[in-house]
Amino acid sequence: MSISYIPGNGSYIDASESAGVIHHHVLSVLVENRAGVLARIAQLFSRRGYNIFSLAVAPTDDSRFSRITIVVDVDSAPLEQITKQLHKLINVIKISELDPADSVECELLVATVNADISSRGHVMELVALFDGKIIDVGIDKLTVLATGEPSKLDDFSELLSSFGIVELQRTGRVALAKLERQSNKLKNTTGRAG
Amino acid sequence: MKLTGAQALIKSLEMQGVDVMFGLPGGAILPVYDPIIDSPIRHILVRHEQGAGHMAEGYAHATGRPGVAMVTSGPAATNIVTPLADAYMDSVPIVVITGQVATGLIGSDAFQEADTTGITMSVTKHNWLVTDANDIPNVVAEAFHVATTGRPGPVLIDFPKDVANAEMDWYWPTSVDMPGYKPNTRGHSKMIAAAVKMMFESAKPVFYVGGGVLNARGSEALAELVEITGIPVVTTLMARGAFPDDHPLCLGMPGMHGNYTAVTAMQKSDLLIALGSRFDDRVTGKLDGFAPGAKVIHVDIDPAELGKLRRPDVPIVGDCRSVIEDIIRAIKADPDAYQQRTDISDWVKTVKQWQEKYPLKYEQPALSGVLKPQYVIEKLRDAVPSDTIVVSGVGQHQMWASQYWKFNYPYTWINSGGLGTMGFAVPAAIGAKVGMPDRTVWAIDGDGCFQMTAQELVTASMERIPIKVALLNNSYLGMVRQWQEMFYGERYSEVYLSPDLPDYVKWAEAMGCASFRVENAEEVGPTIEKANEINDRPVVIEFRTDSSEKVFPMVPAGVTNDNIILGPEGLNGK
Repeated sequence: MSISYIPGNGSYIDASESAGVIHHHVLSVLVENRAGVLARIAQLFSRRGYNIFSLAVAPTDDSRFSRITIVVDVDSAPLEQITKQLHKLINVIKISELDPADSVECELLVATVNADISSRGHVMELVALFDGKIIDVGIDKLTVLATGEPSKLDDFSELLSSFGIVELQRTGRVALAKLERQSNKLKNTTGRAG
Repeated sequence: MKLTGAQALIKSLEMQGVDVMFGLPGGAILPVYDPIIDSPIRHILVRHEQGAGHMAEGYAHATGRPGVAMVTSGPAATNIVTPLADAYMDSVPIVVITGQVATGLIGSDAFQEADTTGITMSVTKHNWLVTDANDIPNVVAEAFHVATTGRPGPVLIDFPKDVANAEMDWYWPTSVDMPGYKPNTRGHSKMIAAAVKMMFESAKPVFYVGGGVLNARGSEALAELVEITGIPVVTTLMARGAFPDDHPLCLGMPGMHGNYTAVTAMQKSDLLIALGSRFDDRVTGKLDGFAPGAKVIHVDIDPAELGKLRRPDVPIVGDCRSVIEDIIRAIKADPDAYQQRTDISDWVKTVKQWQEKYPLKYEQPALSGVLKPQYVIEKLRDAVPSDTIVVSGVGQHQMWASQYWKFNYPYTWINSGGLGTMGFAVPAAIGAKVGMPDRTVWAIDGDGCFQMTAQELVTASMERIPIKVALLNNSYLGMVRQWQEMFYGERYSEVYLSPDLPDYVKWAEAMGCASFRVENAEEVGPTIEKANEINDRPVVIEFRTDSSEKVFPMVPAGVTNDNIILGPEGLNGK
């Protein structure tokens, strides 16, 4: 199961990129997999006036727990206060703030675009360029799918829009911390040298 | 052993040591009321569900043990939302059990159905909807654990009727397993060392003591710390009594209606040592201009309070008592640092001068003249045992009670601080008296508040809970009137209540109370004496007080605490 909310413009870091400031932070929240937990989190955000940019929820490999990936708008409240309030929820077990530099992110996009005889080839070419797939074919429309980094999907949807997007849905990002790159031995050596 | 869900619920409450619960039965909770007949738990039948919630709060405030209330579904559950919100704001441990329609009917708009867990999510520390009778002992154990540990607060158990009727195999859990709930009670030793260092470097320190010290049962530890350091103390509205008012270093209440010395000492200090207080707007005034020169050590068991409004220089997450004891230990461990600490005697002298120069003041004209509410409170204070529990509602009378009473013992002052719930006094006083039957309990109430929940005096009469009520009848919603007089050009909009409609003496009598009316200063003392003699039923004394009397000092909304108005004469200067 996955529940998601995508704001109207479908873009994640449009304003921040131009200003060179990141306004959105990704929180990976491990919660107990129980009825009403999502409501508690959504309600906390609403009550305290925090903005959710996107939200993705699904059970983890351990069915007792779910992982919620929340992209928060830190213009609405300091991130520290948001995480502290989240921690007060009894069903919240662990919160990790994922720095974009130290995490891998992925998102899924499906879109129905206009693709009559004249433009169909161009759309298919674009989908191929973005490693996407065509998952449904109509007389004058195609439904396409792509996955990847949110910024890549931003580009994809922007390019698709020139053909005319009929409907578009994104899942909101899911993310995990990046893995260790260095072996322990190597780290020790570096440590001594430093 | 097979039990029904209802029996298991009552047995679980017994296992938790519950001796009394406040409630009112109804359709969905009916099955649970049957085993109450066979239980040693005393059930007090209220007249309105809000009363049950406030009684549970009063009980918890007075005893330190969680208060329990039980009501049915739908309208009963919504009626108890106010006490839940009140308890959430003031960190009061109460456990509320609500009936719910059968699980199969949930979501079908059944009779007396309400989404109780949804409605109460934002005013409880946590809530549970029980869907399986086998979960009952675990849920009850978890609920009491959550309500009473960490930062205390209200919890709610929503209990569907079919779960109450289902059978389960009885067990009692030896521990609770809540992976997401592990409150931290011990302060970090590095932070404690940093706090001690900062305290010793400060020339103008103030202890800013809040309700967290009372919740942590930390009054004795605080008294020792004050003796060692000689630092003056302010006690917020929620902390009155946490440090004795008669102590020379006690400055009393700060805030919007705090006294000049408490307000100004904080404002001019160079170090605020906030212990279980939360920089509430009624204390800080305009936040940007609050104690501008002060560093802040902030101790609170709730990490989210640290930096929520004012960024602390030394944040300490922990139970106030444990942290205070650790601070004392750290001070004793380093006598050299203690010897070399900054001398604060000039500061203490300055503070004492303020106290002498700017005491609280009011004028009671000739004994036959119009009666001042402050006079009533002073007379009452001097005529009752010093450990009397005082319970107030919300408004002018609450501020006067907090200002003019002398609180020298912890847990003798019970009021609705954060939420400001009118009508709190009568039911909370009943709950306090039930928890502390050997103590004298006086409610100091206003006429507006009294009319909201007075029907619980019927409960008090029926259950023989002899509380006493000092009703300060100024025939107005006094605090609103004060604001309209001061800030709305004396345009009084919907604040007049009438002095004798209802006839409070007859009303109280009709509810089974002894009742008196006092109209001038002369009669105050003798009538209180009469009330003190009555211990077999509740007593209500209606004091007809001056409608035009205002609460001073006052820091108007939206300005800094430097702009404190000391009395009515200060208004003319504007």
